[in-house]
Amino acid sequence: MSWLDKIVPSVVRSEGQKNSSKVPEGLWKKCPKCDAVLYRPDLDTHLEVCPKCDHHMRITARKRLDIFLDEENREEIATDVLPVDRLKFKDIKKYKDRISIAQKKTGETDALIAMKGQLQGIDVVTVAFEFAFHGGSMGYAVGERFTQAANVALAERRPLICFSATGGARMQEALISLMQMAKTSAVIERLKQAGIPYISIMTDPVYGGVSASLALLGDINAAEPGARAGFAGPNIIEQTIRQKLPKGFQRSEFLLEHGAIDMIIHRKEMRDRVGSLIGKFTNQQPSLASSDDLESDVVDAVDVVEPANVDVDTPEKTED
Amino acid sequence: MNLNYLDFEQPIAELEAKIEELQLVGSGNALNLSDEIDRLKQKSDKLTESIYSSLTPWQIVQVARHPQRPYSSDYISRIFDDWDELHGDRHFGDDNAIIGGVGRLNGKPVMVIGEEKGRSVKEKVYRNFGMPKPEGYRKALRLMEMAERFNMPIITLIDTPGAYPGIDSEERGISESIAQNLAVMSRLKTPIICTVIGEGSSGGALAIGVGDQLNMLQYSTYFVISPEGCANIIWKTVEKAPLAAEAMGVTSSVLEDLGIVDETIAEPMGGAHRDLDAMAAKLKESLIAQLDTLQDVPLDELLEKRYTRLMNYGKEA
Repeated sequence: MSWLDKIVPSVVRSEGQKNSSKVPEGLWKKCPKCDAVLYRPDLDTHLEVCPKCDHHMRITARKRLDIFLDEENREEIATDVLPVDRLKFKDIKKYKDRISIAQKKTGETDALIAMKGQLQGIDVVTVAFEFAFHGGSMGYAVGERFTQAANVALAERRPLICFSATGGARMQEALISLMQMAKTSAVIERLKQAGIPYISIMTDPVYGGVSASLALLGDINAAEPGARAGFAGPNIIEQTIRQKLPKGFQRSEFLLEHGAIDMIIHRKEMRDRVGSLIGKFTNQQPSLASSDDLESDVVDAVDVVEPANVDVDTPEKTED
Repeated sequence: MNLNYLDFEQPIAELEAKIEELQLVGSGNALNLSDEIDRLKQKSDKLTESIYSSLTPWQIVQVARHPQRPYSSDYISRIFDDWDELHGDRHFGDDNAIIGGVGRLNGKPVMVIGEEKGRSVKEKVYRNFGMPKPEGYRKALRLMEMAERFNMPIITLIDTPGAYPGIDSEERGISESIAQNLAVMSRLKTPIICTVIGEGSSGGALAIGVGDQLNMLQYSTYFVISPEGCANIIWKTVEKAPLAAEAMGVTSSVLEDLGIVDETIAEPMGGAHRDLDAMAAKLKESLIAQLDTLQDVPLDELLEKRYTRLMNYGKEA
């Protein structure tokens, strides 16, 4: 033991020593914002929102749709649309290999999943971006699945709801990715002309080509609290203008203040708020029963354990 | 080193310098150097031809960004008659990175929208280096919607390093302004012809790039992220930009194969900047022919074709 280790208090020291904890791995998660260590099952009931600081953690696309849609009558669509490598793109790795890795890691075939279903009894089509799949980037498959979902919405006159979480267009599909911006925007314009509501909900983060197309074309644009969304990433802006960015820049609160979004919706209120909106836009009455259950599930606060003595799995990073 | 020539053009620059020198000497005394000058000129042309016949994608990116590369304003003054420039988005301001206005193409009234980088330092600043802000795209949208009302075809000229990444740009909704253009251009009831004349960088280019016909000048370039940006993300250094340019396929030949670009318009030997008038004449000729073709198509059919084309991007032909 070096002299440095000796003067460090034992409580602090134990933090870095994995084997000192008998807590099973994955049972605890550290909030990336406030560092509170949270009990996983409780976090689950809280829809992955930190009960201490209200930070909305990233969730998978599947979980997103699972907590959003009614349990009955779900049907995944456009599953036969798969990623293509028209350019045979290769950098330090082959794009094909990058896709396989992402598929293994996430269990998804590309970065967007689409489902027909119901929200509080109202027929809807929903899509959600899987950020863990290649940064939620949009290439052919994402654009095509979004478009097919929108076409179902058009044909069956169901509102379309999109949860975005993405770094933007997918570099490895080059201009084909760029053209997905035009394609998705065009199909959204058809929804608009047909009077079918399109609700875009941005979840942390939404940047680049997706932000400059489908994410900001909603009849209603909304965002989860604290989500970062913008065209250019903060680093690029800082490099360009050579000055520090103001605090809260490109967060949902900033977007609301500057008129880019209609509202900020807390994850726990997502079903109710969107249900209430599409109910009015389609002149239907949402049935509130299922969401009441959900509400009663999440009222109890969970115990927050001090971080010193437990193992935590690696959390996502937040920068401010 | 001659700054009017790119790195890989330096052998040409040396020959041209020699020719110039001989011309000076020749004019000052009785020696007849014209044979020698002609010989060198031929050699220079041959050299240019051989260098330009095998440009790498990265070299094409450099030609597309050449300091002497013709800009929208150069083409507008040579192609369109009766030109009236129109200004402002009616909400916030006027963006000088985008030029818009009405003119006549071979007698027919058209709306022209072009991105403009600016040549002198002062002009570059005035044009914000060709990086439009939301008000630029909203001006373009206002003019394009107006073109629809007055049955004017729309001609766009694409040349931008990208939409402006700045605080004010984000505050005023740069993403939304681009997205809105994509949505509206997909259904405007008038023919739209888009031409990449230099650098077509990402969403900032696409925002005036949705239409019935997409042209690229031979040595222009079109990408989803700049080769430098791509290299920075993958290799963590801009030095690898040539590799990134290669991998992304940023040139018209690749994009034609992908079914994204319809026509490559040939440039004069050594690039558009070597003979601006010839280039402008060629572009004008193409635009007139394409517009004639598009105007023969019934409007419903035109719009359905435009939409189908958008829906098919990325599908195997």
